[in-house]
Amino acid sequence: MRKFFANLGIGILLVAVAVLLAMAPWVALVAIAVLLALWMAFGRRGRQAWSVTRVGIATIPQRLGSSSVVIIGIAGVVGVLVALLAMGEGFQATLKQTGSDDTVLVMRAGANAELNSVLMHDAVVQIEQTPGILKDSTGQPIVSPELVVVASLPRKGSGLDANVEIRGVGPQVWNLRPQVKITSGRKFTPGLRELIAGKGAQAQFQGLGLGSTIKLNNQVWTIVGTFDSGDAYDSDLWGDADIVASTYRRGDSVTDAAVKLTGPGAFDAFKAALAANPQLTVDVQTTRDYFSKQSEGLAKLIRIIGGVVGTIMAIGAVFGALNTMYAAVATRAREIATLRAIGFRGLPVVVSVLLETMLLALLGGVLGAAIAWLIFDNYTVSTLSQNFSQVVFNFKVSPALVLTGLKWALVIGFVGGAFPALRAARLPVTVALREQ
Amino acid sequence: MKYLHLVWAALFRRKTRTLFTIASVLAAFLLFGLLDSVRNAFSDAGNSVAGVDRMITMSKISFTVSQPQSLLARIEAVPGVKEVAYANWFGGIYQDPKNFFPNEAVSPNFMDLFSEYAIPPDQLAAFKNTRTGCIVGASLAKKFGWKIGDKIPLQATIFPQKDGSNTWTFDLVGIFHARDPKEKNKEPILFFNWKYFDEARQFGNGRIGWYIEKLSDPNQADQVAKAIDAISANSDHETKTESENAFNRSFVSQFADIGLIVGGIMSAVFFTLILLTGNTMAQAVRERIPELAVLKTIGFSNRGVLGLVLAESVLLILLGGLIGIGLAAVIVPAMSSKVQGLLPDGVRWNTWALGVALMFGIGLLIGWLPALRGMRLKIVDALAGR
Repeated sequence: MRKFFANLGIGILLVAVAVLLAMAPWVALVAIAVLLALWMAFGRRGRQAWSVTRVGIATIPQRLGSSSVVIIGIAGVVGVLVALLAMGEGFQATLKQTGSDDTVLVMRAGANAELNSVLMHDAVVQIEQTPGILKDSTGQPIVSPELVVVASLPRKGSGLDANVEIRGVGPQVWNLRPQVKITSGRKFTPGLRELIAGKGAQAQFQGLGLGSTIKLNNQVWTIVGTFDSGDAYDSDLWGDADIVASTYRRGDSVTDAAVKLTGPGAFDAFKAALAANPQLTVDVQTTRDYFSKQSEGLAKLIRIIGGVVGTIMAIGAVFGALNTMYAAVATRAREIATLRAIGFRGLPVVVSVLLETMLLALLGGVLGAAIAWLIFDNYTVSTLSQNFSQVVFNFKVSPALVLTGLKWALVIGFVGGAFPALRAARLPVTVALREQ
Repeated sequence: MKYLHLVWAALFRRKTRTLFTIASVLAAFLLFGLLDSVRNAFSDAGNSVAGVDRMITMSKISFTVSQPQSLLARIEAVPGVKEVAYANWFGGIYQDPKNFFPNEAVSPNFMDLFSEYAIPPDQLAAFKNTRTGCIVGASLAKKFGWKIGDKIPLQATIFPQKDGSNTWTFDLVGIFHARDPKEKNKEPILFFNWKYFDEARQFGNGRIGWYIEKLSDPNQADQVAKAIDAISANSDHETKTESENAFNRSFVSQFADIGLIVGGIMSAVFFTLILLTGNTMAQAVRERIPELAVLKTIGFSNRGVLGLVLAESVLLILLGGLIGIGLAAVIVPAMSSKVQGLLPDGVRWNTWALGVALMFGIGLLIGWLPALRGMRLKIVDALAGR
């Protein structure tokens, strides 16, 4: 009974330490590692621990098969975790990058996405006259009335139809979004049925090459250029808003107006001015707000899925590590007992087994993160956006994600190594020496 | 079967190790059960049995573009079309965007086409007769605690009322159920009258989101689709007609390639599992070489030893795997209502079948080398410990 409670107590303590380890910032972990190194270099027990650890590590090649179970098991967990999180991170990064604090979107009050909004021509004129808007060199306000519509086109690979966003833009759009660069061909000519294709859209859909044509409502549109903006607009096709409106029978209405303010500080005044205008019923938000809101739901979902999948895999890996380390301790039982017989205390033994496991775990973590990085960094996929069309984004294996993965590896190594370490230290010397 | 106790005893010769290995296998198959159920939930969308005789007609450009109401009579006249209903996406929000559920304005005969929903006749009649009436699925009503007679306010995201107001208030007059409990995930939806919608909205009046046709014979689907699309060919409102299942399949595929993601994760999981359990089996047989030699001495054939070891490894995986999928079978129904549409009502037979096949496959794979070793051992050498 006492033994049971002792084990339970140790178990709770372990979980607490593991949780602390998982929550601790990197600085704290590095500090712990440095302290440990100092102790092993200068403390009496520490030097004992170091020599026992060295023996343990030196004998790993003899137990290569079972040690690799720990490494590969943890590499699997970290690889899957990092890949999943990189998908969420990439999506969020793409949308966040699209927004800024001084570019704002004006939409009809109540609309939660550009596609759902409608602004009549009069409203656009009113918006253009609102103070706080940056002017170009000729004194024109930098406002692009935008018409976001959707077309169904066959996808590359599967050939299934998917939606691509067509964005009709105003003449000021090049001043509004200077990040957009024409990479081949030319800009569309206002007044003609011409489109330019973002590089993401071009990569996902069939028949968007330079010079090819697509049919919308029985009208032929020509792709005359390719552009690269490095953000969510890469998933779009752009054309003249007036001509897109005529094809989609939208009259002179648009969906929203994108506005460049004189600076981030001008937002509150601009918002108040719009609210005070009795001829307008609109909502305004910065593009940063708009795009981060759009990415919130999916990014959160991916994080939850990553967490659940990672946790279940981690539990599997912990048991694998336990098996391996118990076996390792068992094969070294005589050696450890001998050390204890000649005066080594329990602590160095515990530390050495723990360190060995965590080292293997760290190796696995690095391997897993490296594989995830090699395969998935900049891997291009797309999903459905709030505008009911495909938004293209790249997986992003960031250093922060790799560190998160390594932390998971360390926690798995800690939990998987702790029980075998205690077993090693508590094994009665006489029994262990007699064992084969 | 005769040797089950022998296999069992061998398996639990080292209790802790076997239990830990089973725990690893359990984790892997729990994940398999969950992820394969997610995959099932997504593929369900394109495989509805109730929807096989239904087609959807949308604008050829994309489903977000509306079509003229005048098409209705012409589609009804197409041979092979039994009945035509129509609907419009509304996209209203109840209290908070987080409460998302689909809500659509539908034609009076809409529920007649969707035979998978059961609704009391008096409630259906009330729906047809109440201008501002709406009906909701039972699980949605339960989620928000709605009762018949309640007023449900929705905030419009697309369609304001004529006076510019975004608030639309509907009277709840009926609650419908999915006839097949498997299709409970189709319940969280709200329908209201298209007529009210069309009269009260600010713009887009007289236009329809999509038409739904019920066919007299599902085998004629292709001809009927061609005939319907021919009506508006070369006009400025060309249509695209396809089966409801085909439409759902392509819609769902736009979210993500779920099959690919699930496949990727599971290959990583099973790869590590094979290494881990393979190591355990190799260790287990290595330790028992003298015992296997004894078995051979007392008359077990080479093949018999091979079979014993293979049976042991398959049993090891089966124990963990069955508990794992069993656990998933408990978790999936419990979570199903909380994660709208992401999980089906339970673990399907196809998941069980694939899972058990995988268990046998992995069991045989990891047992193969140790079993060969046991089969080929020379009794004299093994007993001498060489």
